Amino acid sequence: MNLLLTLAFALLLQMQPQSRDGDVPKGYQGTFAITNARIETVTNGVIENGTLVIRGDRIEAVGADVAIPSGAEVIDAAGMTVFPGLIDSGTQLGLAEIGAVHETNDFREVGDLNPELEALSAVNPNSVLIPVTRVSGVTTVVTEPSGGLFPGVAALINLVGYTPEQMHAGGVRMMTLQFPAASRRGFFDRRSDEDLKKAAEKALKKLNDVWDRAVLYARIDSAYHAAPNPDHKPEYVPEMHALMPVVRGEMPLMIKVQREKDIRAALDWVKERGLTNVVFSGVAEGWRVADKIAEAGIPCLVGPVLSTPTRAYDRYDKAYANAGLMRQAGVKVALRSGESENVRNLPFHAGFAAAYGMGREEALRAVTIAPAEIFGIADDYGSLEPGKKANLFIADGDPFEPETQIRQVFIDGFKIPMTNRQIELYKEFLHRDEGRLTPVKVVPPSN
Amino acid sequence: MKKQAFLALTFALTLTLTAAAQPKVGDVLIKNGTVLTVTHGTLENTDVLVRDGKIARIGQGLRAPDGVEVVDATGMYVMPGIIDAHSHIALSAVNEATNPVTAEVTMEDVTNPYHIGIYRALAGGVTTSHTMHGSANVIGGQNETIKHRWGFTNPDDLRFEGAPRTIKFALGENPTRVHGKRGSSGGKAKVPATRMGVEAVLRKAFADGERYREAWDRYEAEKKRNPRAVPPPYDLRLETIADILRGDVLVHCHSYRADEILMLMRVLRDFGVEKVTFQHANEAFKVAPELAAFGAYASVFSDWWSYKFEVYYSTAYNAAILTRNGVVTSVNSDSGELDRHLYHEAAKSQRYGGLTDDEALALITINPALQLGIADRTGSIEVGKDADLAVFDGHPLSVYAVPQMTFVDGVRYFDRERDPDDVRLFVDPEASLDDGATTTRDEHLHELEAVGDWLFHLK
Repeated sequence: MNLLLTLAFALLLQMQPQSRDGDVPKGYQGTFAITNARIETVTNGVIENGTLVIRGDRIEAVGADVAIPSGAEVIDAAGMTVFPGLIDSGTQLGLAEIGAVHETNDFREVGDLNPELEALSAVNPNSVLIPVTRVSGVTTVVTEPSGGLFPGVAALINLVGYTPEQMHAGGVRMMTLQFPAASRRGFFDRRSDEDLKKAAEKALKKLNDVWDRAVLYARIDSAYHAAPNPDHKPEYVPEMHALMPVVRGEMPLMIKVQREKDIRAALDWVKERGLTNVVFSGVAEGWRVADKIAEAGIPCLVGPVLSTPTRAYDRYDKAYANAGLMRQAGVKVALRSGESENVRNLPFHAGFAAAYGMGREEALRAVTIAPAEIFGIADDYGSLEPGKKANLFIADGDPFEPETQIRQVFIDGFKIPMTNRQIELYKEFLHRDEGRLTPVKVVPPSN
Repeated sequence: MKKQAFLALTFALTLTLTAAAQPKVGDVLIKNGTVLTVTHGTLENTDVLVRDGKIARIGQGLRAPDGVEVVDATGMYVMPGIIDAHSHIALSAVNEATNPVTAEVTMEDVTNPYHIGIYRALAGGVTTSHTMHGSANVIGGQNETIKHRWGFTNPDDLRFEGAPRTIKFALGENPTRVHGKRGSSGGKAKVPATRMGVEAVLRKAFADGERYREAWDRYEAEKKRNPRAVPPPYDLRLETIADILRGDVLVHCHSYRADEILMLMRVLRDFGVEKVTFQHANEAFKVAPELAAFGAYASVFSDWWSYKFEVYYSTAYNAAILTRNGVVTSVNSDSGELDRHLYHEAAKSQRYGGLTDDEALALITINPALQLGIADRTGSIEVGKDADLAVFDGHPLSVYAVPQMTFVDGVRYFDRERDPDDVRLFVDPEASLDDGATTTRDEHLHELEAVGDWLFHLK
């Protein structure tokens, strides 16, 4: 009897629709039917007037003639459009809070060789930046460590959850490699071309030494497991252990590279090493070698789109046009904002990429199905299809347009409370002195 | 002898008359666009005639006078040239960080007309920028208001002739960190290290300026009776502060926290200074009624926050809240990246607070013009104003709009159709073409600028 009562109570709690005034806003799962909606599925065209049903963490049905399940919470989306949740392929969200306060930043460890570091563990699920971000329709981001040669393992996270494990999306983890840059460090770097070349060779040699050791470590490990002998257990080296799945091609390698010279060197290195599970990230000058990248079949996480051109003599709009030019050359492109506190601007980065040559359809794909395919999770993410994760949002227009309001976001099937500290401040201060009976003294003089 | 004197006088007069003129003015007829005047509504299928760099006529079916080029703006949008009220482009130095008060310093001395940022902003519809001293000092140096006349290599030719003098103040974390931390800016820590100290520095500087002004006023009066009166020592720093007190120099104050914004208004009121623009002012929304009552202006970011602790409690709804509470507000860039799409930054006020089209456009046109004291010359499309215009192929508040042409004084300085491959005015023959790092010296110095706000945008 007790069990029954507990279950009934739990069911009742779960069915609480909105939070009342003063209640802590919480996301909740359930059964939802979004009706009368225009639905941009991304992979199966646009449904002009349809229904999308969510049950638990999945999309149960999408279509023009879908029945509304009994007991479902109905959301009338007349005049509005449903989109798949947007994916940002490169951020420091959850690892960074306040730029100038180094105690709040956890993306850059000491030293060059840190492949064993897991960004996911350091993600703060309670970062103030997360609720500020997700009301924009961005539901999922890659969050990545930086600095040195191997800064650590980046992870894909959904922007809902009380623990990093709850946030971890599709189990996606990527080894980050900051490819050695052969370029000058800036105007005051007055090294001769000869010295630059030597420094680049030295850095590349360091990478190759590390990689060779990792390959050897993996061979020793394989040999050991073929004939285990507790008396001859190989030495445990955390850095090498972390690189093992990467050299074996089991874990994707995300190579951060920007300049043309470095992209060419990275392409050569990847070919030399026979690597197939590779993506490039950043790729600011990708447009200069787009055909080579396409030939190599390496997907690219491109951005930030809203950047200045890399060279003083580049045309002024090169950074806006970069992603589109690469796409046109046949490269598989996803967009990254590179942000921490303004990941919410990803839809605007996509809008600029669209306006400067990529086109809206490809730009939308670059923040939905393209990253899902690149990360190997397209069965569950990136478009509105039955069976996929309920990562989606309802907007009163094109989410790339600033005038559009995002009305409701779902992440992992959770109906997300459409508020955050910035919205609460708006509500409080729009008419600050409403509700006062005593007059306000405005700027009293000091004497 | 008389003839020579007459010629000399005429020559001198000609010099003075031309000294304040623009280096180049243009004529053009922009036909059949949607004209967003900002102050007088939106005019469909309307022509704008420009003569000698001024807007001469606005109407339908205008005819081009002989020799005036016609630009077909059918399907396009014509808006006032964008005004960026907070910029550090075109400057070869930003912070004279050696003292908490450096009012005597001026950006006039470090204007760099070769900076590629001038062109890149032009390509984003910007025609006027307020190039400012940095935020290292409580009272920093005087700023410059420039027009984006790309191609002129004499810094004087960029100056917005007749624009009021302005000066940079800074409150909060930047000056307290630069001067108040031991080891910064020359070793020993000095006041201010706290926001209390910032107020003390301001009051002392104003009091000193007041005494300086009184001493000179007394001297000027005495000189009339006694030609051998001895003047007080001349001090350019105090002279500039005295000019602020006289109302001849507009205060633009980098500030974030609500309490420091209130503090400055109190200090200004005590010393009789009536005009101020708060720059950045991320917490201005918390004291919007006070700002409105003082008549203070605000020039804010669209959505930058959380790069320092003093901007942790920000909201992107800042511009909208201020506008709704009657504060003249602009949106600025403080960045050579952001100033290329200020039209998009202004549009964000529609997502965050539902501002109307004209309200959003005002944030980057007439409002910054008011804040810089140049609203009689620019900031809207009205007959008689300077022909500073930007033409877009879509409504500028749409993310898909691409700027097509930018005019300054009626001269077409940017045209997307004719955009050359390389617009640099000076090419360093020693720079390598393909090593990828071709930042100029000035860009590099900017990056090293220890207290530039944008340094803290860790990407």
